[in-house]
Amino acid sequence: MPIEVSHLTHCYSEGSALRTVALDDVSFRIENGEFVGIIGHTGSGKSTLVQHLNGLLKPTSGQVLVDGEDLNGEHVNRRALRQHIGLVFQYPEYQLFEETVAKDIAFGPKNQGLTAAEIDERVRYAMECVHLDYQKYAERSPFELSGGQMRRVAIAGVLAMKPSVLILDEPTAGLDPRGRDRILGMLEELHARENVTILMVSHSMDDMARLASRLIVMSDGKVVADGTPREIFMQEDMMTSIGLDIPEAARLCARLRAKGYDLPADLFRPEQLKEQLLRIWKEGSAC
Amino acid sequence: MRSDTRVQLNDVSYSYEEQATPALSDVSAVIEPGEFVAVLGHNGSGKSTMAKLLNALYIPTEGNVLVCGYNTRDEKLVWEIRQRAGMIFQNPDNQIVATVVKEDVAFGLENLGVPTEEMLPRIESALSAVRMSKYADKAPHLLSGGQKQRVAIAGILAMEPSVIIADEATAMLDPSGRKEVLETIRTLNRQKGITVVWITHFMEEAALADRVLVVTDGKIRLSGTPAEVFDRVEEMREMHLDVPHMTALAGELRAEGMPLKPGILTVDEFVEEVERLCPLKSAT
Amino acid sequence: MLNNITMGQYYPVDSKVHRLDPRIKLILTIVFIVIVFMAKTFLGYAVILGFVWLTARLANVPFRMLLRGLKPLRIIIILTFLLNLFFTTGETVWVQFWVIRITKEGFLQAAFYSLRLIFLVIGTSLLTLTTSPVSLSDGIEILLSPLKVIHFPAHELAMMMTIALRFIPTLLEETDKIMKAQMARGADFESGNLLSRAKAMVPLLVPLFVSAFRRAGDLAMAMESRCYHGGEGRTRLRVLKLTRNDWIACGAMAALLALIILEGIFL
Repeated sequence: MPIEVSHLTHCYSEGSALRTVALDDVSFRIENGEFVGIIGHTGSGKSTLVQHLNGLLKPTSGQVLVDGEDLNGEHVNRRALRQHIGLVFQYPEYQLFEETVAKDIAFGPKNQGLTAAEIDERVRYAMECVHLDYQKYAERSPFELSGGQMRRVAIAGVLAMKPSVLILDEPTAGLDPRGRDRILGMLEELHARENVTILMVSHSMDDMARLASRLIVMSDGKVVADGTPREIFMQEDMMTSIGLDIPEAARLCARLRAKGYDLPADLFRPEQLKEQLLRIWKEGSAC
Repeated sequence: MRSDTRVQLNDVSYSYEEQATPALSDVSAVIEPGEFVAVLGHNGSGKSTMAKLLNALYIPTEGNVLVCGYNTRDEKLVWEIRQRAGMIFQNPDNQIVATVVKEDVAFGLENLGVPTEEMLPRIESALSAVRMSKYADKAPHLLSGGQKQRVAIAGILAMEPSVIIADEATAMLDPSGRKEVLETIRTLNRQKGITVVWITHFMEEAALADRVLVVTDGKIRLSGTPAEVFDRVEEMREMHLDVPHMTALAGELRAEGMPLKPGILTVDEFVEEVERLCPLKSAT
Repeated sequence: MLNNITMGQYYPVDSKVHRLDPRIKLILTIVFIVIVFMAKTFLGYAVILGFVWLTARLANVPFRMLLRGLKPLRIIIILTFLLNLFFTTGETVWVQFWVIRITKEGFLQAAFYSLRLIFLVIGTSLLTLTTSPVSLSDGIEILLSPLKVIHFPAHELAMMMTIALRFIPTLLEETDKIMKAQMARGADFESGNLLSRAKAMVPLLVPLFVSAFRRAGDLAMAMESRCYHGGEGRTRLRVLKLTRNDWIACGAMAALLALIILEGIFL
């Protein structure tokens, strides 16, 4: 289900002295099956953007088209469209409320009006997606789980609605490396196996280098760059100027190139660098 | 017992009432004045328990914790200990008490019974040390996460502690907030000689410490300089902990036979090593 | 967007009235309420109106801000007026029509009852408009502190008020966030009858309570680690000191009281 954002502008406190432009003429199109990273520092408009994609905020001007239909159009069934776009907020574990894990995950499907059998099937599916054993966890209280597990329950609550597009706002914030790797691995799998389109907001360039096939860079409510990680991470100066880092491997590559080493300009993963550095070292020791 | 150690843990164990396995078991460590020690571990490793033991919020089940020579077991010394070992917590929102920044900084002083006329200068210098003077009269909920944590640090600083314990103080912040808070603490450590116990799961932050203690399953598994600790890439990975990318890359290249020196943590160090091992022909 | 909600109805400008000691303002407000109930003639209320108008001028608070406080109470005020107008028995009949009977006494009682209500609201609004919630809780703590002798928790009460004020914006923001998160899961907070709407609040209220308790636990620990151990031996950053203006305010209120007492005797 492609999403098209065209000339999207959003102002908070419109018409008052506190008017602030959070999004300024943002346009892009996301195709089926993409894994898109949205990066930018706090206040760049990422969270505002994400909330538009599922109709929680209404544009001041411009449009969000889901599958060609205007999400805020007059004769559109907004709730139906919304179901296709799952939105996972920052620290989603804070939204858990039910007595058991299964009941909490069932909240979304229930709101969709599914039958009990369908709901049960969805709960099992979602728990499998987030690697939580149904037998072991379904009847447990979500509040007894660890932070990482609670987060996975919350994500399952969105996945149970079977969205074709999954949007996540900082899904790894506050987790330790193990919890983070679990979530990222799970997303990678979900993307590959279920062909779910994924949009992920993150501060971690290393996570982005690992997962995303496309990056949208935001600053001051505008899209300042949109391209593959290769293309984005080559632009160290631009990224620094808007207060963002590039992955360390990309920085190492740029430093060495600046010194005069013969390296391709577009390396940003450690394994790519490893091969190149070995080559340079072997060539050096050969002569 | 050496009187000049800041923090001393002697065979400390701690068990939560409802849990069978202890959160910390038989941990010993000594932290000297002026040290910046990072305690690295994943959630549930026992590192947060350790933080709370250092502030007499928890009393060890076994063993003794000494802060500036005071044993946390002695109930009469609780306020002495908490004044000397200030603590910053993870959630910036949940440790600010007052509705105005400078009044929050005053909170500790009020509790200590510091005379009113002494408070203002202490608050001002604490706020200026964390570069938050401009915000003295602002409402805390309007500040960013990093700014809130700096206010929390100022609140501790005003109490003139010898040790600051930060319990995952950056876990909920964005990269710029994390940088802000870490730099503030590092400056206080260098310029005022305040001992820092920095509890974290971010390896980038641990890499900046003088010494790293790696905690898993309630035990200190590794201890040493960041270079020493992170060079043990495999062990770290087994404990589900990150290693700086440069250290990991260096390790992999070393495995392929490239003789990189041990202890590479940063991009700059890496570049230097490459220049040493593979000098450019034009330069020679 | 929740950032611009002003706390309570405090009107944040600087003025002589704003700078008055909160203790004095609290006491004077109580005296003012007594005065409002003592007045018995329209002249008396005219004097009170003049006093209120002058105070509002001195406080840099627009008079319409005072009237705004009446808005939520307008139905009660109108009802008070009408009930007293129609159901007070009296001698001097002004209007007699079907079952409706309006007497002079009825009208006067209706007018005075509504005027008292109006001035009651205006008087307390003047207090809350010119006193920030924090200094208000300060004032209350100090005024109530003599009651500590009978183990009344004056300090704890004030500390609770301060913490509540501190966390209102945080919890508002959180409510907004949880509401959006549940809406993204298809929750509907707007339609349906009363029962289904109340049920729809569960996914909002449970996480909010859980979070409030977690925050409370965290905060308690943070406060303890900063040596908080109750009000005993505690000093304060903000020490309230009476200034000349406080005495002038007391004098003005005393003058108003005197005028109303004289009104009661001579008119």
